[in-house]
Amino acid sequence: MPHLARQIGQRLGLSLLTLLLLSIVVFAGAQVLPGNVGRAILGPLADPAAVAAINHELGADQPLVLRYLGWIGKFLLGDMGQSYVFRSPVAPFVGAALLNSLKLAAVAFVIVVPLSIGAGVYAATRVGRWQDRTISIAGLSLTVVPEFVSAIALILLFGVWLRWLPISAAIRPGTDWLEQLRRLIMPALPLVIVLFGYIARMARAGTVAALEADYTRTAVLKGLPQRTVIFRHVLRNALLPTITVVASQIGYMIGGLVVVETLFRYQGIGSLILMAARGKDLPMLEAGILVVGALFVLATLAADMLQAGLDPRQRAR
Amino acid sequence: MTAPALELRDLSVGYRARGAEALVLHGLSLSIAPGEVYGLVGESGCGKSTAAFAALRALPRNGFIRGGQVLVDGQDITALDPAGLRQLRQTKVSMVYQDPGRALNPSLTVARQIGEVYEVAGVGRSEAFSRAQAMLLKMRIAGPARVMRAYPHQLSGGMQQRVVIAMALAKNPALLVLDEPTTGLDATVEAEVLDLVQVLRHEFATSILFISHNLAVIGRMCDRVGVLYAGRLVEEGAAADLLSRPLHPYTARLIQCLPSGKRKADGRLETIPGFLPAPDDMTPGCVFAPRCEFADDRCRTIVPPLETQPGHQVACHHADRAQCTIAPAPPRLVSAPIAGAPVLRAVGLSKTYGDVRAVRDVSLALLPGETLGLVGESGSGKTTLARMLLGLEAPDPGGVIELDGRFVAGRAKSRTRADHKALQIVFQNPDSALNRSHTVRRLIGRPLARMAGLPRRQRAARLLELVGAVRLAERYLPMRPRQLSGGLKQRVAIARAFAGDPKVVICDEPTSALDVSVQAAILNLLTDLQASARVSYVFISHDLGVVRYLSDRIAVIYLGRIMEIGPVQAVFDGPHHPYTEALLSAMPGAGARIQLHGEMPSPAALPSGCVFQTRCPRKIGAICETTEPELADEAHAIRCHLPRAEMGRA
Repeated sequence: MPHLARQIGQRLGLSLLTLLLLSIVVFAGAQVLPGNVGRAILGPLADPAAVAAINHELGADQPLVLRYLGWIGKFLLGDMGQSYVFRSPVAPFVGAALLNSLKLAAVAFVIVVPLSIGAGVYAATRVGRWQDRTISIAGLSLTVVPEFVSAIALILLFGVWLRWLPISAAIRPGTDWLEQLRRLIMPALPLVIVLFGYIARMARAGTVAALEADYTRTAVLKGLPQRTVIFRHVLRNALLPTITVVASQIGYMIGGLVVVETLFRYQGIGSLILMAARGKDLPMLEAGILVVGALFVLATLAADMLQAGLDPRQRAR
Repeated sequence: MTAPALELRDLSVGYRARGAEALVLHGLSLSIAPGEVYGLVGESGCGKSTAAFAALRALPRNGFIRGGQVLVDGQDITALDPAGLRQLRQTKVSMVYQDPGRALNPSLTVARQIGEVYEVAGVGRSEAFSRAQAMLLKMRIAGPARVMRAYPHQLSGGMQQRVVIAMALAKNPALLVLDEPTTGLDATVEAEVLDLVQVLRHEFATSILFISHNLAVIGRMCDRVGVLYAGRLVEEGAAADLLSRPLHPYTARLIQCLPSGKRKADGRLETIPGFLPAPDDMTPGCVFAPRCEFADDRCRTIVPPLETQPGHQVACHHADRAQCTIAPAPPRLVSAPIAGAPVLRAVGLSKTYGDVRAVRDVSLALLPGETLGLVGESGSGKTTLARMLLGLEAPDPGGVIELDGRFVAGRAKSRTRADHKALQIVFQNPDSALNRSHTVRRLIGRPLARMAGLPRRQRAARLLELVGAVRLAERYLPMRPRQLSGGLKQRVAIARAFAGDPKVVICDEPTSALDVSVQAAILNLLTDLQASARVSYVFISHDLGVVRYLSDRIAVIYLGRIMEIGPVQAVFDGPHHPYTEALLSAMPGAGARIQLHGEMPSPAALPSGCVFQTRCPRKIGAICETTEPELADEAHAIRCHLPRAEMGRA
């Protein structure tokens, strides 16, 4: 299938280009904009000699292009540099935070996807009736609630008042996975709340269109049982756009959670980036942002390929 | 005696919309004998499709059966529970509808979609697969294995419709409902599908309810015909008898709306003035009375009963007079093309998209006041050619377009306002061509301001003039497109095109979405406008009857190449190109049909030599494969190696 191969190749190329541009922006943002790196670290009152010394130590006195190439070259080989704050390699910090973020995203994903798609499809089969209205209005209302509002409400409800779930999601080494899961439920819920309405609306719209399509009528007129009509003929076509949307949200679910992670004291990649920014830990900041960016690009790429794979019209002729 | 395959008894069906109910079928009764093909004909909105869906109890969600019975194979299906209904659909009834591309599930293979008809009847999967493949063979599909693996979008329209018919016949139904099964297909493909249905009806001994707005198709396919008007059966009889000797004025008028071999110089086409009554219209008397030339007080008060003559029923108080209207219309004066310098000239136009060569080296000239018909199957490049003339596509380098002897730019963006004024288009679908949120006044007024550049006061006067010229009542001016019928919308689109006094108007299938009576009115209008405004037309249509009526010259296009070009009479009478011959033979009412083998090759992989050689029934030999014939510069030019004397004649 040369057509598909070419399409994938193009997509891949574009993704790499995006990442290259991102790395330049990140580098520029972290190394160039502060002006003097040593000054930025040591503060305005530090001795100029000390600033020069630290700049030399960090290589910040070399030409920009060389610094960029050196940084990105090492990055590609897995060396994300040394943390200014911890005086140790950045990579293990990023790796651990990424793992935590993936766990949180996975829990949120497992809750929200079946729930919202199920609700959307159900609403579509009851289109115009009270069930449909309830789901649509509730979904829309929930989507506009910011994470920090819903998170605080959840903390008050389940953590403080009902005392069902722990307030902090922080995991100490050696915690067993069941306890980890229990602690992840509450941080996952704000994500579920944000994404539920969005995904349910996509699923509903797709299903409504597919239910009205001529091919669905063809299936009904074949005398197929309703189950077969819905699962084989309707959902297959109805959920294509939804699946793409879900996949494209994976980047957000992993990388866009600074607020939630901070509120629940969860050490994901979001709170790592925040911490690095506060502590002026530039290598940590660069690595964190670049990793999140790569995740977004990968998730979008995966969404495109999934769509191409599922829709025979997008596959090769 | 066996039960009829379908019997409708006094069936009334309606739709609910915004709390109001409106009946669409009023006491419809008809009966289809086993093995019979029954045609239901009428214009859009008369209830044909409603009758079809009622026969399968597959009305839309807001539809309901108000009264009467639907008997399929003797069984009243209005009383069935869901399981019984499924059983009925699994075994006894099938339906094929208009757009096969949408009737097939885009994400399942053909094999799955036909196979599941067998599977639901309890056949195992592998057995279902082999039966599905055998079914495709019966559809005269060569290479069924390839089609079985294909997804619908990989098949041509004709092939898709064969698959849909295969699916419908797989259950060997007692009743097959065909709802406009070939509308939207190319003339040659339509003819092939209709041939196939003719053969299959005998092979499967299935009764068919054949629904169409196309009288010629109905006449060709059906044993008996019912004419539906405003949800009532107004006439019914044997197909040949009814079409040659209609007893109802509506039927008679409908037949006269067709160009059927006429030319514009022969006279105006008949039209049916007025509109279909709204479903909630409660006017007493005959429903057709407001549009009928024979209507008298009796017609306006007493509903005429359906009276039976031998083999022929009609609901009309004046059934003896309908024949009177069939008199030749008086010939009229039409503007003859003005000999001399062409208004539009295209030289060496080509359009290539990557590997696809959509149009290749097309040259043509159009005289002032002349109509050039452009004929060819879909994919032949006729629309691309029209888009290049309009500047919507830039031709490949080397192509030249001249207006009044002046060179015009290839891209619309680089053209002057005068060029835009001079070259206008009327699209097939006025719905998508008109901005839905603008009023008719604005839709026509805006081009008047922009293209004609008229000051406000003159604009109002010109607007009224234009609206009058396209026979649009002034009361439509404040309305928006959705409040207008298809014919009215097309009038607005035509008025819009004429706003800047164009020299050339390109008409891209302007009547193919319209009913025959509306089509006749639009064709009359185009002719009148040409006579008064001296405009030239490039008229694209797959309906050869319509092209013959309107055109002075015809160009036949195949795979981006002009195969034949010449005066209408010469092209129709012959000698003609073998491809033209095949196209003409697909016209309803033509003699023996010439079958073209296979499908049109992809324009990305053109055949060597003559582009038509892979399908040509008159291929001479190697020369056709190696050398492309020339298109000589003569009045009637034919791109073929055959000597003229050996070419076909009508």
